[in-house]
Amino acid sequence: MSTLLLIEQILNGLQFGVMLFLMAAGLTLIFGVMGLINLAHGSLYMVGAFAAAAVAGATGSFLLALIASLIAAAAAGAIIELAVIRRLYDRDHLDQVLATFALILIFSEGTRWLFGSFPLYLDIPSALAGPVTLPGGIQYPAYRLLIIVIGGVIALGLFQLIARTRIGIQIRAGESDREMIAALGVDISRLYTIVFALGAALAGLAGALVGALQSVQVGMGEPVLILAFVVIVIGGIGSIKGAFVGALLVGLTDTLGKVLLPGLFGAFMEPAAATAVGSSLASMAIYILMAAVLLFRPTGLYGSA
Amino acid sequence: MTRSALINLVLFAMLPVTALIALALDEPFIITLATKAAILALAGVGLNIALGLGGLVSLGHAAFFGLGGYAMGILAHHAQTFTPLMEAPFLIEGTKSMPVIWLTAVIAGALAALLIGALSLRTSGVYFIMITLAFGQMLYYFAISWPAYGGEDGLSIYVRNGFPGLNTLDPIQFFAIAFVILAAVLFIAGRLASSPFGLALAAARQNPERVETVGLSPYRLRLLAFVISGAITALAGALFADLNRFVSPTMLSWHMSGEIMIFVILGGVGRLYGPVAGAALFILLEHILGGLSDFWHVYLGLLLLLVVLFARGGMIGALAGREVAHD
Repeated sequence: MSTLLLIEQILNGLQFGVMLFLMAAGLTLIFGVMGLINLAHGSLYMVGAFAAAAVAGATGSFLLALIASLIAAAAAGAIIELAVIRRLYDRDHLDQVLATFALILIFSEGTRWLFGSFPLYLDIPSALAGPVTLPGGIQYPAYRLLIIVIGGVIALGLFQLIARTRIGIQIRAGESDREMIAALGVDISRLYTIVFALGAALAGLAGALVGALQSVQVGMGEPVLILAFVVIVIGGIGSIKGAFVGALLVGLTDTLGKVLLPGLFGAFMEPAAATAVGSSLASMAIYILMAAVLLFRPTGLYGSA
Repeated sequence: MTRSALINLVLFAMLPVTALIALALDEPFIITLATKAAILALAGVGLNIALGLGGLVSLGHAAFFGLGGYAMGILAHHAQTFTPLMEAPFLIEGTKSMPVIWLTAVIAGALAALLIGALSLRTSGVYFIMITLAFGQMLYYFAISWPAYGGEDGLSIYVRNGFPGLNTLDPIQFFAIAFVILAAVLFIAGRLASSPFGLALAAARQNPERVETVGLSPYRLRLLAFVISGAITALAGALFADLNRFVSPTMLSWHMSGEIMIFVILGGVGRLYGPVAGAALFILLEHILGGLSDFWHVYLGLLLLLVVLFARGGMIGALAGREVAHD
């Protein structure tokens, strides 16, 4: 395999990884601060993608579409937090799983009702549709490169938000002692709504960005949700840094596994058998990675016990 | 007889009564629905051993359900194409015999649950939920990308597998098979709950430190519960695939895990007959609401949300009243 192709695949892995980070960051924040497992996070991803596709279809502007995805997902997040999620903080995880699973059913079927079963398409803006030439003569799609940049900027912004701003201090305080910061006069329920809406907005943005690469359809959020869970298990629950490292690990493992494994087995097997074994093993690679991390660090790479 | 015992008796009798009335009215479709409810209830009873008794929120039980389905699909596929499953080091042939298929499904489910459980039970709480979900999904993607047994399209079986002395293609006879298995498993699960093992498991759910202090290992108790639970769910999967004469990766998808959990919750967690009530209610809703609207999952979601938020004992809990509500 040529070095150029390998570098291109590494970039693809990074692009996939930063998208997973946008999903996993929200999930891990929501878990860290509120102690809530939110299965409906994938639905917020879908809401973002559909909002972007609808706005892009109506106005033709990709930037407006991205803004719409942020607003729609944050609004949907705030609404379900106020209506449903709020009642679940004191419940056990089983109730949280069930109630958020119920939300998935409602969101998925509701979206099918509104938009129909056919996938929508969100076009990449024409300015970004072509490839760019990177140092070393690598041709890489400009849009995918933009996703990597946006993901990196958001990761930096999130670290700054958590580390340096007032709301960030409240979030960290909420993670370590909920009762105490409520006693200190922080409006804890408002903080919860903000954190939930923030996580939702990140998921919605990820949905819109990926929606332009793939198609926008009902159920698109669920595979990503489960990968985001794998990311969190690997990185450690509640840790933004863990989510970032885990997301890149999962993104790279998945992408490179799909490219390299069939070739690897091709070295000593017939081509047809090698493709079958290689691709089925590649589909399992990230879960094997997760199992390996679990064996050595049951609380994840950056998790605390 | 207490109120909840009476409800249990009614629930238990409900399925065969429905099937017999349908037989008298010559409505084979209703019998098939009752069969489906019995099989899904069986899967729920399996999950309930982990979930209700052991407090293990597994969101990956579709893995065992689907494995059972594939045990039936693969064995029957080899039997109907007259190709051996394996020639070296020793010959294994496919089979169309239900008892052999059930045994294979149970063993496969137990082994998978042993592996998945041994890893997942190293953690607890949310980690456990996410990890069981992830392992379930791993099998799902494996089934999709492995081309030998139909990949994404799944496997079709031309004729339902046989059971000695019965005609399994006759709906009422197949219902009888499914119902007898359900009854037997309910009996075993009931005995299990009141056995020393069941009591220790329940204690490990309520207070693991204390259980450890008296010299029992919560990890081993939970692992055994998870294995039993996986084996029963796999048995249900084999029956379900036989009912449809079809198995596909859909049986392994996490929606299936969620649905099995819904049967348990709609009926009432930790109640022996909860999954029977839940599965019957689910089939009824699917049939009635599905006829009213293509988007019946919206109503199912709303109902589930209401049950979780406001009626925590599930259907049996609501019927039996508060005083006997489960812990």
